[in-house]
Amino acid sequence: MAEVLVLADHAGGRLRKATAELLTLARRLGEPSAVHVGPGADTAQKTYAKYGAHKVYVVDDADAGSYLVAPQAEVLAQLIEKVSPAAVLIPSNAAGKEIAARLAIKSGSGLITDAVDVRAGDDGAPETTQSVFAGSYTVTAKVTTGTPIICVKPNSAAIEASPEAGAVESVDVTISDAAKAAKITDAQPKKATGRPELTEAAIVVSGGRGTGGDFSPVEEFADSLGAAVGASRAAVDAGWYPHSNQVGQTGKQVSPQLYVAAGISGAIQHRAGMQTSKTIVAVNKDEEAPIFELVDFGVVGDLFSVLPQATAEVKKRKG
Amino acid sequence: MDADARREPWRETTDRRKEDEARMNIVVCVKYVPDAQSERTFQESDNTVDRAVDGLLSELDEYAVEEALKIVEAAGEGEVTVVTVGPGAAADALKKALQMGADKGVHVQDEALHGSDAVATSLVLAKAVEKATDGSPELVLTGMSSTDGVMGVVPAMLAERLGLPQVTYASELTVGDGKVTIRRDGDTASETIEASLPALVSVTDQINEPRYPSFKGIMAAKKKPVEAWSLADLGVDAGDVGLDAAWTAVVSFAKRPPREQGQLVTDEGDGGTKLAEFLSAQKFL
Ligand SMILES: Cc1cc2nc3c(=O)[nH]c(=O)nc-3n(C[C@H](O)[C@H](O)[C@H](O)COP(=O)(O)OP(=O)(O)OC[C@H]3O[C@@H](n4cnc5c(N)ncnc54)[C@H](O)[C@@H]3O)c2cc1C
Ligand SMILES: Cc1cc2nc3c(=O)[nH]c(=O)nc-3n(C[C@H](O)[C@H](O)[C@H](O)COP(=O)(O)OP(=O)(O)OC[C@H]3O[C@@H](n4cnc5c(N)ncnc54)[C@H](O)[C@@H]3O)c2cc1C
Repeated sequence: MAEVLVLADHAGGRLRKATAELLTLARRLGEPSAVHVGPGADTAQKTYAKYGAHKVYVVDDADAGSYLVAPQAEVLAQLIEKVSPAAVLIPSNAAGKEIAARLAIKSGSGLITDAVDVRAGDDGAPETTQSVFAGSYTVTAKVTTGTPIICVKPNSAAIEASPEAGAVESVDVTISDAAKAAKITDAQPKKATGRPELTEAAIVVSGGRGTGGDFSPVEEFADSLGAAVGASRAAVDAGWYPHSNQVGQTGKQVSPQLYVAAGISGAIQHRAGMQTSKTIVAVNKDEEAPIFELVDFGVVGDLFSVLPQATAEVKKRKG
Repeated sequence: MDADARREPWRETTDRRKEDEARMNIVVCVKYVPDAQSERTFQESDNTVDRAVDGLLSELDEYAVEEALKIVEAAGEGEVTVVTVGPGAAADALKKALQMGADKGVHVQDEALHGSDAVATSLVLAKAVEKATDGSPELVLTGMSSTDGVMGVVPAMLAERLGLPQVTYASELTVGDGKVTIRRDGDTASETIEASLPALVSVTDQINEPRYPSFKGIMAAKKKPVEAWSLADLGVDAGDVGLDAAWTAVVSFAKRPPREQGQLVTDEGDGGTKLAEFLSAQKFL
């Protein structure tokens, strides 16, 4: 069976959930091999093995973290040469898509981004599902040239364990000077919130202009559910919440099990970031708000009374 | 020439190097996209998207145009060239950018381009950027993603093809001393990223507030040059682009049934409780 390369998304060996999702999906196409660029492979190895990696390619280049996406693309291009994989799966986030973009050019391969599903088609080659035009169409696509390079959105697959050896193979790849042309010279860490990461969270509670700048009911409701907190661009532009929490076309694309929009009207650019959520709930004063076209459950009302009551009730029910 | 140089002409020679650096020729890639508010469909005949809807300059590319104008204005010298690859109507995207203040336009248009994927689009754009800069681009600016394909991959592909450092998702940009420095609002950190020129930079919608074309700008745009290039002009083989040459293929598409209208309750003092009941029934608690 052909190998399927999965680029691990990690910070110093701490894996993001997308990696396990991709390993789970990769099994449908062949034998998954994790590709770990940077330090911390020994910590992550167990997880790779647990989710079905037969092999783990490790490139422990201390420099890799200081540079943008180019080194990872070079690593993958050299691995494609070496093992002729059936496909390469990469998380569909900003960095992942850029790695994939460069890899597509380097390896002469077609690229599909923002897939919400991947499976083997009739001919065994990977076939993807994308949700396009604000979710109004579902597209089935495939790569016809080169090695299929597929970016899959986080939260698109339920992870399933399926232990394999996860044999570590250290690979020597040369990272060119050109790949090191853009350097991260400073990084100011953001304050940790203790909440789950927005794109990985099973539940996201977002607030918009309707909060009037007071996110406390949104945050308290989120915390009662163990959810991540998101924001509309109006709330971010007003300086009420950090840009890294923005959901939408120019923010994060999320696909949680449950998305709660409070005081958000549901502009098309906001929908672009949340319409693939499984269950959608909204609280809005205006019963004509477009967000209600999307919802499974909506409350027409003031978020300042609805959310605190819901928070209290959730806490009570959870005990 | 800046005001000082005009008053003290000798400065021109002594400061020649500095001036050369300040004089920036910037290429901005701008895409013509269908209006986000319009109903989008696919064409049954070949599974490509229906372009027969009103279009405009991709809103996110306005930020790149604005940033280029600001850099040139601050330097007091330089030129902004806007490049688009697209059908005849894409001239509208160039027009808007020229009205904002860009100096000249390049329109790559060819029947053979219909149905091109990202890989092919980036090939054509790269060739156009090279031709527009006599093979040595200094600074290439792009949007963070288009508002239609929304892949966010063309900037990285262009950087790869042009052999330029890639500095993407800039929410602040400074150019000077032969390098670009950006601030990027990352997930876990606010990062400063640096690269030497020439470089490719993509900008986010956080970077500036794009200007509206002024009346003067609208009038001036009418006289600005727009070059029309075909694939042959760029030395690109028509067989390498378009639907048949695409390295990806749409197998099928289906209109999603509209989401069924969910349950809507009006808060009469128990809205929060009802919400919690719904979540409990859906096993979220
Ligand atoms: C190029 C571009 C990119 C964009 N990208 C994004 C993006 O990534 N993400 C994004 O979100 N937007 C994006 N936008 C902006 C988008 O078009 C909308 O302007 C934005 O989403 C509106 O935010 P909002 O829903 O919070 O505000 P509004 O549209 O003002 O809606 C506020 C809502 O709150 C309700 N409300 C008010 N008070 C209360 C209350 N007390 N209780 C309950 N409800 C209340 C109101 O009825 C209203 O429906 C983008 C726009 C452009 C042009
Ligand atoms: C719904 C949909 C899904 C698609 N899925 C795929 C896919 O999975 N794989 C694939 O290969 N193609 C796909 N395509 C085609 C692809 O979007 C186009 O080929 C496009 O040229 C490149 O992608 P983008 O518009 O997403 O650009 P992005 O990568 O999002 O664009 C980023 C920036 O690049 C510049 N730019 C992009 N295109 C142009 C242009 N024509 N002229 C000037 N500047 C430009 C702009 O500055 C822009 O802001 C899809 C198209 C649609 C409409």
